[in-house]
Amino acid sequence: MSLTRKDIENIARLARLELAETEIPVYVDSLSKILDFVGELERAPTDGITPMAHPMPGLAQRLRADEVTETDAHQRYQRNAPQVEAGLYLVPKVIE
Amino acid sequence: MTAPALPATTVAGLARGLAAGRWSSVELTQAYLARVTASQSELNAFVTVTAEAALAAAAAADAARAAGKASALTGVPIAHKDIFCTRDVLTTCGSKMLANFVSPYDATVVSKLAAAGTVNLGKLNMDEFAMGSSNETSFFGPVRNPWDIKRVPGGSSGGSAAAVAARIAPAATATDTGGSIRQPAALCGVTGIKPTYGRVSRYGMIAFASSLDQAGLITVSAEDAAMLLGAMSGFDPRDSTSVDREVPDYVAALDAPLAGLKIGLVREFFEKGLDAQCEQRIREAIAVYEKLGASVREVSCPNLPLSVPTYYVVAPAECSSNLARFDGVRFGHRCESPRNLNDLYSRSRGEGFGAEVKRRIMTGTYVLSAGYYDAYYIKAQRVRQLISADFARAFESVDLLLGPTSPTTAFEIGAKVDDPITMYLNDIYTIGANLAGLPGMSIPVGFADGLPVGLQLVGPHFSEARMLNAAHRYQLETDWHLRVPAAYA
Amino acid sequence: MEWETVIGLEIHAQLATRSKIFSSSATAYGAAPNTQANLVDLGYPGVLPVLNAEAVRMAVRFGLAIGARIARHSVFARKNYFYPDLPKGYQISQYELPIVAEGALEIVLDDGTRKRVGITRAHLEEDAGKSLHEGLPGVSGIDLNRAGTPLIEIVSEPDLRSAKEAVAYMKKVHTLVRYLEICDGNMQEGSFRCDANVSVRPKGQEKFGTRAEIKNLNSFRFVEKAINYEIERQIELIESGGKVVQETRLYDPDKGETRSMRSKEEANDYRYFPDPDLLPVELDESFIDVVRAALPELPDEKAARFVREYQLPEYDAGVLTASRELGAFYEEVVRRVGSEPKLCANWVMGDLAAFLNKDNLEIGNSKVDAAGLALLVARIVDQTISGKIAKDVFEAMWESGESADAIIERKGLRQITDTSAIERAIEEVMSKNPGQLADYRSGKDKLFGFFVGQVMKATGGKANPAQLNELLKQKLAG
Repeated sequence: MSLTRKDIENIARLARLELAETEIPVYVDSLSKILDFVGELERAPTDGITPMAHPMPGLAQRLRADEVTETDAHQRYQRNAPQVEAGLYLVPKVIE
Repeated sequence: MTAPALPATTVAGLARGLAAGRWSSVELTQAYLARVTASQSELNAFVTVTAEAALAAAAAADAARAAGKASALTGVPIAHKDIFCTRDVLTTCGSKMLANFVSPYDATVVSKLAAAGTVNLGKLNMDEFAMGSSNETSFFGPVRNPWDIKRVPGGSSGGSAAAVAARIAPAATATDTGGSIRQPAALCGVTGIKPTYGRVSRYGMIAFASSLDQAGLITVSAEDAAMLLGAMSGFDPRDSTSVDREVPDYVAALDAPLAGLKIGLVREFFEKGLDAQCEQRIREAIAVYEKLGASVREVSCPNLPLSVPTYYVVAPAECSSNLARFDGVRFGHRCESPRNLNDLYSRSRGEGFGAEVKRRIMTGTYVLSAGYYDAYYIKAQRVRQLISADFARAFESVDLLLGPTSPTTAFEIGAKVDDPITMYLNDIYTIGANLAGLPGMSIPVGFADGLPVGLQLVGPHFSEARMLNAAHRYQLETDWHLRVPAAYA
Repeated sequence: MEWETVIGLEIHAQLATRSKIFSSSATAYGAAPNTQANLVDLGYPGVLPVLNAEAVRMAVRFGLAIGARIARHSVFARKNYFYPDLPKGYQISQYELPIVAEGALEIVLDDGTRKRVGITRAHLEEDAGKSLHEGLPGVSGIDLNRAGTPLIEIVSEPDLRSAKEAVAYMKKVHTLVRYLEICDGNMQEGSFRCDANVSVRPKGQEKFGTRAEIKNLNSFRFVEKAINYEIERQIELIESGGKVVQETRLYDPDKGETRSMRSKEEANDYRYFPDPDLLPVELDESFIDVVRAALPELPDEKAARFVREYQLPEYDAGVLTASRELGAFYEEVVRRVGSEPKLCANWVMGDLAAFLNKDNLEIGNSKVDAAGLALLVARIVDQTISGKIAKDVFEAMWESGESADAIIERKGLRQITDTSAIERAIEEVMSKNPGQLADYRSGKDKLFGFFVGQVMKATGGKANPAQLNELLKQKLAG
């Protein structure tokens, strides 16, 4: 599966990853190789086989009681934030 | 390495000594901390050493013991893979993205082991975001194999394996998504266990591939693993994939005789690719099992050869989504002077993630994208079903599967970094168990050209007790698990 | 060229649970920024979602109320995209297997006709946070209190053919979710939001035209205006040779127009896949039966019952069942009065509604409660006061909080029903107005009203109108 430079640029944009100019051909090459490698799966006889989303079949989602148990700890959490003001996380202006 | 010798080096031995009053937790912790310091420049096993907190916890453990409130693990030092969130302690996941991240909370695994009385020596180095089989992708530099410091310890739990192998920590927590506990354990000549998916809580364990990740241990012996696994297992209401099932007494089950144990050898694991000397050690180990009363037969899991390609669709897909939260907004690395929102995201992530992580994020983004989802992701999940069915069929006629953990012994640092596929194939024997959610172990069974060789055990869901029993009985017959590299003896 | 409009609505209703859908943080509106956002809501490394049982119950309640199939097996999926109010970089939603499948609602149009509007699906998902732009030069501030609030997204079939139909449908859904007590319907606070998909096609054409999506319409008025503007815009565009572009647009209420959203330059590839941190939701019959048993009487059922039990016209029944509280208020009045359900209806829909509007109050905060109004109506029924006087009494009740009886007593407003007293008053008026009497008797029938007015004035408005009319006719006839 041969990817093009454009493919890599599109994927990188979707994934919000800035790649250096020199990196791009490296990723074109390695991603093409990886996709070739996983392309082997095509041969597997999977007609009528259910996709396995969870390794433990037959389990159901547990439902949690509707109770508020959390208290405000935003000051502690916001110690990790790069830019905070008046309790808000700041980002470059979002234009709608 | 010049550092204090240890009075005992297994968790069981240390615990017995603590209980008998032969040594204190503070003494032990000091000894281990000294060994950590002495080895760090050579092994680079640790990212953060929490000396002050460890000594305080040790003192508290000694006080608890004096007050008659000690239990089996009180005062035993351990270390945590840097993928587990530890409150008020740096939690980096081996990445520049989290190099400044001080977690505001403890992972469930961390709090359970602390509640059991263990003392945390610090956070162990690992492949970045658990992606790797050699611990060469860490932002904090590679970890070296104590058996040969030119070689890799394996990955992603390279720091955990190296630390236990060099006896600079008695035991370490670790995680396994495609073999990241078992493979480094094999390469470093120590014992590793990846429990059944859902046996141990994933809450607070930084996610790589959610349907594959599991927390486990790297220890000197199966007995040690049994003691610690009992303490860290169990249902956690904060983890929806955590299974509500009683935790058996793994220690009590250790000594059962193996007569009648039915062992399966997976034909596909002995096909080409396995190093000849490694195969020899595996066969010798199997002979020991036969001597212990087990019967051996061949089984076939015909879809297993597809496990690596399956994994390299599913795991990158899940990780591409799990790592989207690292965007420079609420925590983690942020680029300087972002020009706009997209620049903030793209540059923070471009700078914060290493090459392998970016490669997997992009692979995952691709296989989930419109037009490719059915051909890649859904296809892989169907093959996953086939692989699980193969295992289930095998377990109809045998109790445990035995085989190699890794196709080779530890390779040289730098030998495989350029070719992702070659690196990925290191996990060829281990990945199947993750896809099927099965428990797996690796135990040391000898050496090939002076480097450790590991034997893999895989069992049906929730068969940890039987696996640990099988591993323990082998370790009563042999002493491979007690070998220590000369420099660290 | 004759054009036909095709509209589908996507409504997002915030579920009125105490805690969030995947975390135990509070959902209360109006808290200081980020004080109701825990580690799970913030998308911290290592955190995991756990599903709120009440959110599931509320979704099932909605599904049952619209006659939909409830999925016994439904799956949460990740919708992946980057936006600052989306902390994990994905929204947990439902994609291929939603909890509620096809259902329908009936709406009543202006001309009284009924129309069935299909509902394709309804699913559970988490809400995003909020971006604030005011007072922050060059930056936006992110508040994640709202992140993780449970939403039900209700998707209609493209069955609506005009802005009016769309509003009728939106109002129907709004009433229903409040009846079911699954959403408070507060559009100012963002509890109930609507996106409209609008396209046009030549009348008779089967194929749908290209649609544009208008986002985040938070009032019935805006929905109507935005859709009408969009229809015009699309028709003009096509008629002048252009093509409608499939895009997202925002309604600007100040300018009264829709405009393209600049930030969404390219169509997002959301890369949906089942969320591996959540297991499939498996509902058994007993779970659904418990929810079904607890369903309240639904608006349509209640309106039909009002028509049957109280012999009310459909219009009245519709107005009185607009909310559960109003319906309950009305029934309480009728129960206490014990008769005259139409009179009670007139009072609730008329004077009471007018005063509630004047003071901007909801029925729950009415200054005159059901018992109070019932007493007033009872005094009309038992002829203590006339209907006309009752209006003044009601106003006094509203302003002072006194009971009807207290006001009637205090102001001496009892109706005069004594025949001889009324006759005396009539005789007095007749003797004081001989000219008009002569005119009336010579054929000027219109003067009857004059005499009625005069007698009413003489009796301080308290003469029983029916008796007055009867006696006056007799006496004027001579």
